Amino acid sequence: MGIEILGLPMMYYIAMVAKVLLAFVFVLLTVAYATYAERKIIGHMQVRLGPMRTGWHGLLQPIADGLKLFFKEEIIPSQASTFAFLVAPLIALIPAFITFAVIPFGGVIEVAGYKIPLQIAAYYDTTAGQVFDVNVGVLYILAMSSLGVYGIVLAGWASNSKYSLMGGLRASAQMISYELAAGLSIIAVFMLSGTLSLTKIVELQSGMGGFEWYLFKQPLAAFMFFICSLAEINRTPFDLPEAETELVSGFCTEYSSMKYAMFFMAEYANMVTVCALTVTLFLGGWNGPLTNAMPLLGPVYFVAKVYFLMFVCMWIRATLPRYRYDQLMHLGWKVFIPVALVNIVVTGIIGYFL
Amino acid sequence: MNPITPIINGMKITLKHMFMKPVTLQYPTERPQVAERFRGLHGLKVSHSKAKCVACYLCPTVCPAKCITVEAAEDSNHDKYASVYEIDMLRCIFCGYCVEACPVDALKMTGEFELANYKREDFIYSKERLLEK
Repeated sequence: MGIEILGLPMMYYIAMVAKVLLAFVFVLLTVAYATYAERKIIGHMQVRLGPMRTGWHGLLQPIADGLKLFFKEEIIPSQASTFAFLVAPLIALIPAFITFAVIPFGGVIEVAGYKIPLQIAAYYDTTAGQVFDVNVGVLYILAMSSLGVYGIVLAGWASNSKYSLMGGLRASAQMISYELAAGLSIIAVFMLSGTLSLTKIVELQSGMGGFEWYLFKQPLAAFMFFICSLAEINRTPFDLPEAETELVSGFCTEYSSMKYAMFFMAEYANMVTVCALTVTLFLGGWNGPLTNAMPLLGPVYFVAKVYFLMFVCMWIRATLPRYRYDQLMHLGWKVFIPVALVNIVVTGIIGYFL
Repeated sequence: MNPITPIINGMKITLKHMFMKPVTLQYPTERPQVAERFRGLHGLKVSHSKAKCVACYLCPTVCPAKCITVEAAEDSNHDKYASVYEIDMLRCIFCGYCVEACPVDALKMTGEFELANYKREDFIYSKERLLEK
């Protein structure tokens, strides 16, 4: 433990790299198998089987899909603006992954006498005896999730195709509308917690065997945040930017090969992030029974909750048809934003008098 | 109308369906149970080790798709028989009129439904291929 780099012990760096790798591999694997799970779940909801051929019950399907996309021909339309076209998938993908940096996925674990908080952008200060993380974690997430839209808009614009452009335009309009409502519904949570740090928000929800969850204190905000997040990451029933029936494939019409795969990975990674964020803000994060005795149970509960919410996303996809554009705008501006504002006012009044 | 109830009802239905037994048939390994009166590939019935067909020409006459070719000939017992009996499966509409028309019950339709082939010539089924095994 003697070695120190920039005033921090060697263990800090080892733990950091390990955490980054762990979270990255977890998100990547989840993304790969979310595609499989989605096909399987929707298949069974439509009384079909879903993939069955590649491997036992189709378990190798994501690998087969990945390989296929990897060896597909890379097409760049001659009229496209090449640089923006090439860079757009990366801009869509990277924010989807780096958002995970501030989400706490477990409590503090102790490895070889060094305490590691299970959150990438956090460290345990031994002198202060507490976890320090990004104290504006939620703002960071909101910022990153709004970055993702640039990838989609840029993809639509750089493709130089009318369908792509329409998809990009829809994406920007939709994301801007729903970000407002999502942000406003999170404000109600801040008013209860008084902090933007995600670690603190999770701590505040730890008591009473789950009844301290903000889901029970702010059911309306939780519901609205989840729905608005679905709209923000372009999941069905809000998948207007890539509406197959109207826009061929929307912003990714002109994309092929790995760049197309990147958009898909971004979509699913966004889904993981949004579900993780909903779990952190409203479902008590990694809290659950016996986490104090066994800190390693924290990540298990966290993953279980995230997977449950992802199942809900797929369940919604299997049930609801796509919203029409005017319905989408109506829902965003005339329903969610006023309701979120009223929710904030009511939370404020109750908070003031209690 | 309350917009949330229909969504919840829909979600209930999809969840219920998830636990139903899937109707999918894993086709090449699992075979469908073909109905008894299914109209698939034709078969020429055999009696006393030769085809029952007497080459009366009723089946090509009744055939709406004009896919049956019959040529009559005389065998060693001075009986009329079909020296050529061909059905063009690319034209056949599987209506079963030929089977209904046959006065000697020499023709039937089997449950065989996998009639894909690589060459156009392979779709013209000769008498040998139509004889029931």
